[in-house]
Amino acid sequence: MAEKAILYDASKCTACRACQVACKNWNELEAVETTNRGTYENPADLSPQTWLKMEFREIGNNGTLRWLFSRRACMHCSDAACVKVCPTGALYYRPDGFVAIDKNKCTNCGYCVEFCPFDIPRLDVNRASGLGERVTKCTACTTPGLNRIDNDAIPACVKTCPTGALSYGNRDTLLAAAEARVQELGGNARLYGKDEVGGTHVLYVLEDSPTAYGLPEDPTVPAAATAHDILKPLGYAVAGVVALGLLLNVMVARARIISREEEK
Amino acid sequence: MTNHWIDIRNADRIMIIGSNAAENHPISFKWVTEAKERGGKLISVDPRFTRTSSKADIYAPIRSGTDITFIGGMIRYILDDMQKLGPAGRRAKYNMTYVKEYTNAALIVNPAFKGPADTGTGLFSGYTASTNGTPGRLGAYDKSTWQYADTGKPASDPAVVNDTWQTWEDLDPNCVLRLMWNHFSRYTPEKVEEITGCPEDTFLEVAETYAQSGKPGTAGTIMYAMGTTQHTYGTQNIRDYAILQLLLANIGVAGGGINALRGTSNVQGSTDMLLLYHLLPGYLYMVNHNEQTLDDYLATAKKGRGIVTPQGLAGDKSAAWWWYNDDDPNSKKYIVSLLKAWYGDNATAGNEFGFSYLPKKTSGDDYSHIAIFEALAAGMIKGMMVWGQNPAVGGPDAEGERRALENLDWLVVSDLFETETAAFWKQDRAYDGKLPPSQIKTEVFLLPAACSYEKQGSISNSGRWAQWRWKAIDPIGQARPDLRITDELMLKLKELYEADANAPHRDAITNLYWDYHTSGDYADEADPNAVAKEINGYEWATGTPVTSFTGLKSDGSTTSGNWLYCGMFNADGTNKAKEHDPVDRSLNQIGLYSGWTWCWPVNRRIIYNRASVDLDGKPWDSQHPVISRVNGSWQGDVPDGGWPAINEADPGSKFLPFIMHKEGVGHLWGPGQAEGPLPEAYEPWESPLDTNLMTGVGNNGGRGTPGFNNPCCYVGELKINGEIMNERGMPDVFPCVGMTYRLTEHWQAGQMTRNHPWLIELQPQPIAELGEELAAEKGIKSGDIVRVSTARGSIDAVAIVTPRFRRLRVGGKDVDHVGVPWHWGYTGLSTGISPNGSSGNVLTPHVGDANTTIPEYKTFLCNIEKV
Repeated sequence: MAEKAILYDASKCTACRACQVACKNWNELEAVETTNRGTYENPADLSPQTWLKMEFREIGNNGTLRWLFSRRACMHCSDAACVKVCPTGALYYRPDGFVAIDKNKCTNCGYCVEFCPFDIPRLDVNRASGLGERVTKCTACTTPGLNRIDNDAIPACVKTCPTGALSYGNRDTLLAAAEARVQELGGNARLYGKDEVGGTHVLYVLEDSPTAYGLPEDPTVPAAATAHDILKPLGYAVAGVVALGLLLNVMVARARIISREEEK
Repeated sequence: MTNHWIDIRNADRIMIIGSNAAENHPISFKWVTEAKERGGKLISVDPRFTRTSSKADIYAPIRSGTDITFIGGMIRYILDDMQKLGPAGRRAKYNMTYVKEYTNAALIVNPAFKGPADTGTGLFSGYTASTNGTPGRLGAYDKSTWQYADTGKPASDPAVVNDTWQTWEDLDPNCVLRLMWNHFSRYTPEKVEEITGCPEDTFLEVAETYAQSGKPGTAGTIMYAMGTTQHTYGTQNIRDYAILQLLLANIGVAGGGINALRGTSNVQGSTDMLLLYHLLPGYLYMVNHNEQTLDDYLATAKKGRGIVTPQGLAGDKSAAWWWYNDDDPNSKKYIVSLLKAWYGDNATAGNEFGFSYLPKKTSGDDYSHIAIFEALAAGMIKGMMVWGQNPAVGGPDAEGERRALENLDWLVVSDLFETETAAFWKQDRAYDGKLPPSQIKTEVFLLPAACSYEKQGSISNSGRWAQWRWKAIDPIGQARPDLRITDELMLKLKELYEADANAPHRDAITNLYWDYHTSGDYADEADPNAVAKEINGYEWATGTPVTSFTGLKSDGSTTSGNWLYCGMFNADGTNKAKEHDPVDRSLNQIGLYSGWTWCWPVNRRIIYNRASVDLDGKPWDSQHPVISRVNGSWQGDVPDGGWPAINEADPGSKFLPFIMHKEGVGHLWGPGQAEGPLPEAYEPWESPLDTNLMTGVGNNGGRGTPGFNNPCCYVGELKINGEIMNERGMPDVFPCVGMTYRLTEHWQAGQMTRNHPWLIELQPQPIAELGEELAAEKGIKSGDIVRVSTARGSIDAVAIVTPRFRRLRVGGKDVDHVGVPWHWGYTGLSTGISPNGSSGNVLTPHVGDANTTIPEYKTFLCNIEKV
């Protein structure tokens, strides 16, 4: 199967945020309560209810002012830290390269949250029990029951984009298109995601450095995650130990939530 | 739009001014983006750096309300360039054939004309000021000196027609081109910077870049919206764009035009039908009180729309569409067919087809939104029906308008939600009112309306495409389509009028032909298909649809509810608005998609398209041909009149391209406007300046100063129980320039989006945007709650401090802008911060444009403080 990808061309994005709403609409994610924090950008962060958000950055002033928009959602890495550290295989690579979630296997350990170089996954924690239910993030519309990709539809965000800033297709085709676009734009334009972390399945055409868009210049899978990768078979073997560890995790998570709520 | 959405992709230059298309018309950026990919350049002119500006090749900041100076400067740049280049040079860089043959550049104007360059008062010849202190227009013009010297057969200046002129003195002192130079030569780059605050080098970059679209074979488009229109001189802002586009030969061509991005999906459709008080459907004149007979009415129509024949041009015949054929003019065919549609068998030659049944307006009186609310405040209106509108949020001086509603005995609101208008009496939330709800006697009826997915019918988009939409689900609860509500109401009214022999104007109601029930789902309610057929028109005797307005008759044998829509139906009764041919069959695939629904007039996708070809009928732009004359016939789009090309035709029938104008050519000179034949730079009603830097006239306070302000603008009072709600602010108290706008994430007066959690999440609260320098001086940080105040009222909002709001240097002083969206109110899921709903229009003044009386929402004086 050919590897697939989503291409985000920042030079064509007007930050209308139709993608952000389409993501919630398709994936049945509830609105979160927000306040205006002195910016157009909202919600403040990704969350179990927000898998995709657009970011707004103002750079320079007067004659040099630029307003840069960027997409923040799962990059679907080829060398994905989250998959490496996942002790249960809940996070896995699909044949098309997207990183999907089998939520039945997720134990809510949170390693993926800790190790993702892009700070994407979030834990959906049941507030009443303190028990984690599953890891959440963009699945490129492959969530069971809401699977567009395997039903010959394109991701919801791509479908709704009015300007053509988002496109979906074979990764090598999109890479070629992106490279051509970068040539056309000239200046500081560059392609992001071709080789980063083994090559991502969300590609970016940027008009400036990744830093200007809030992206890591050189995202790497932390060494500790690699260690996890090596240890993973061992992890399966000592399932009992893992379970114990998970229980510990749940308790810690619950304590964290309770103390956070008390702070409020 | 003269053109249409897809056509934007054909533009080599795009200027977005008075519009924030990326945010308010997001889909338009599909085509803007495509134009850019094809090498087009995007220019954004706006007081604030918007999401549109973020995509632009050039961003030009201007002080709000100074478009006339900015565009006037561009016109000067082009005129100056044309003169300095000399005949050969200018012919290489500009389409001089278009300018001299297709516009009124060469025509000779009455020598008695005087403009601001002559008078030094900012006024044109013929002005009379109103009595001081009277609400209404500041004054009015006798326009006789603005007309052509020979009003029936205007002469032309051979120096323009032969294009031999080297200096301005070579031209006839009264020809349009020379008068334009007299006027616009004052709009120097230095003056542009001084008045608009746009740095001179940025302005010149814009002028040079956009002027490149004047070269034959290239096209530039102007996309504008309410940032252009909502000024006391909004019409003249658009006139300026028209002059610019005609000078650059950009009207009628692919990728060109003047493109009004309409504020909602069906604004075009409602304007076409009967939205505006001064027009009947299809832009026929509304009837005045002194036109008691059909002949009186037609005499007035002929005065404004008769035939004028320019002399000395290659074209020698003006179609003058409204009066095409003096014996049986189109104006008569259209009004008679309209009356026949409305009165059926009761419209006969013997009763002038029911002409006397039409309501008549008092000639010269204003019945626009502003005037209606002043009449309401004065207690002249007892009942009101509000459909799909929310004036308590959307109207200017909103707290004043909310209070004016107290004078109503009854109010009917038809909407999806309980709007602020329907809840105006909930005074604890609405405003600091004088009356407690228990003392407000207005009886309010809220009718639940079906939303667009719950009914079928057509909408007409900005590109004039009438597109049918089908019902997805049945209306929820008791909600009903507006059409069903109207139908039931009218049938009941007819019943009541029939029962009362003494009812006033009884025949006008009882004689109405009102028959929209068909079969199936529509056996007992009005069928939108029946209404669509009536709009199109049909043979009265047979019911067969008329397939073009050329088939309409003045003898009462045909009907048409709107002549412009005649042709939407096929003869077999099918509706082209429902057809979807996805193949682009236009010449060179320029994107006309003529089989995708239907557009008025006669499915012509680009209007004035006979200006897209030369005198032989060959397209100026061979890459993007709209129409082309090949072997004696036209190919491509439906041509603007099927007559032969000018050089092919016999003398006396060489038709000029601008067929709706009585003289057949485009109006560089526009003697029909209220405040002058050329746009002059006036200040907004509330201006930060003491002196108008173009006219030299000072701001003398009071209710406005002719020559400082637009001398014909409408200055309302909105007087409630003797208290004037529409106070005028001055810069000593209100030093900042305020403006209102919309956000991508919300819609108009907010009911459809402020009840939507996903959208509220994106933009949860009313905001006030301001620049970093002003914020530092005021001690305001992003996220602070601030109070924005004007002479009318104040609202609280969350501050966004941003470099996108740039301090401008204007007339030797610093000018800061403060911007507020106008979406918020006091009903729905997301409401404002202050009890008045933080509605942006609490701040705006009750003043209007000289021609249309559209409120000046876009510029006012304000102050901002941290709460």
